[in-house]
Amino acid sequence: MSTPAIPLWEVFIRSRNGLSHRHVGSVHAADVTMALQAARDVYTRRGEGLSIWVVPSAAITASDPADKEMLFEPTASKIYRHPTFYDIPDEVGHM
Amino acid sequence: MSQPDLLNPALQALALRRADDALVLGHRLSEWTGHAPMLEEEMALANLALDLIGQSRALYALAADLEGAGRDEDALAYLRTEREYSNLLLLELPRGDFAVTIVRQFLYASFVDRWWRAGMTSTDARLAAIAAKAEKETAYHVRHAAEWLIRLGDGTAESHSRAQHALDRLWAYTGEMFEPEDAELVAAGVCVDPPSLRLAWNHDVDAVLMAATLQRPRDGWMQTGGRLGQHTEHLGHMLAEMQHLQRSHPGAVW
Repeated sequence: MSTPAIPLWEVFIRSRNGLSHRHVGSVHAADVTMALQAARDVYTRRGEGLSIWVVPSAAITASDPADKEMLFEPTASKIYRHPTFYDIPDEVGHM
Repeated sequence: MSQPDLLNPALQALALRRADDALVLGHRLSEWTGHAPMLEEEMALANLALDLIGQSRALYALAADLEGAGRDEDALAYLRTEREYSNLLLLELPRGDFAVTIVRQFLYASFVDRWWRAGMTSTDARLAAIAAKAEKETAYHVRHAAEWLIRLGDGTAESHSRAQHALDRLWAYTGEMFEPEDAELVAAGVCVDPPSLRLAWNHDVDAVLMAATLQRPRDGWMQTGGRLGQHTEHLGHMLAEMQHLQRSHPGAVW
């Protein structure tokens, strides 16, 4: 029952120190203060976060799905970009 | 606390009063589930309700322990009658429209957050522990309700008029929050005396009402009686719904 007049916000949550904020979903809210509260109330109920970002959904510029082949398919044949052709000395351990 | 045993009956009554406050308001908020104006606020109201019901559980457990009569928190919540409930009248009133819910939440949270904050230094360690947890929750209740109230009051003509109407209607129920607490408990440093929080509450409320462009009603005759079990006609209906499962199927569990 959302009212079209209420802006949409994208919500990003950082779960722990040292990790980056991750997109978790979106909320409707009239302004930035209410958006932060809504994000807190909807997305951090199970101890998911230590920090919240909210960004107006309208501020996001997205790639065009129609450009998918042009943008992303050329990488499929360039498997040498994956670091799987190198022998990693045992001494390096887990990277 | 020098003579804990002598104070136990008074402390038990205090825990019960505060538990009833939290449970009754928590239940009223839970009534919004499935009916809130938007999903985000439905979650927010449910979160507030769960905070309050959690606080009531801790307080009922303390009251049951002090009573030592074998009743547990469920017995205190589900098997006492309306006349045995000692919550504030403000908290049992029907949830009304969204403005009534928000105005009530703001008026009460602004009081009880300060009450809990003072309670963190209670000479009773059990109450101090409950206060430390509850205050973090009620601090958010104040913020959430205040932000909404500012937007309702300073919003559209419709939201302003509903918020002002709710304020005018609920104001006569605010005096009860500031009725003195048991003098011996106050003297022993177990809890703060509510009248001493009045000035700070006035200050907090005035600041938000001004931002919300709402008119503070004049302090006139104030409703009272909840602490003595003399309730409005609304509490009985609420308890009938809240308690019917335990009364129809005693001891039922999930």
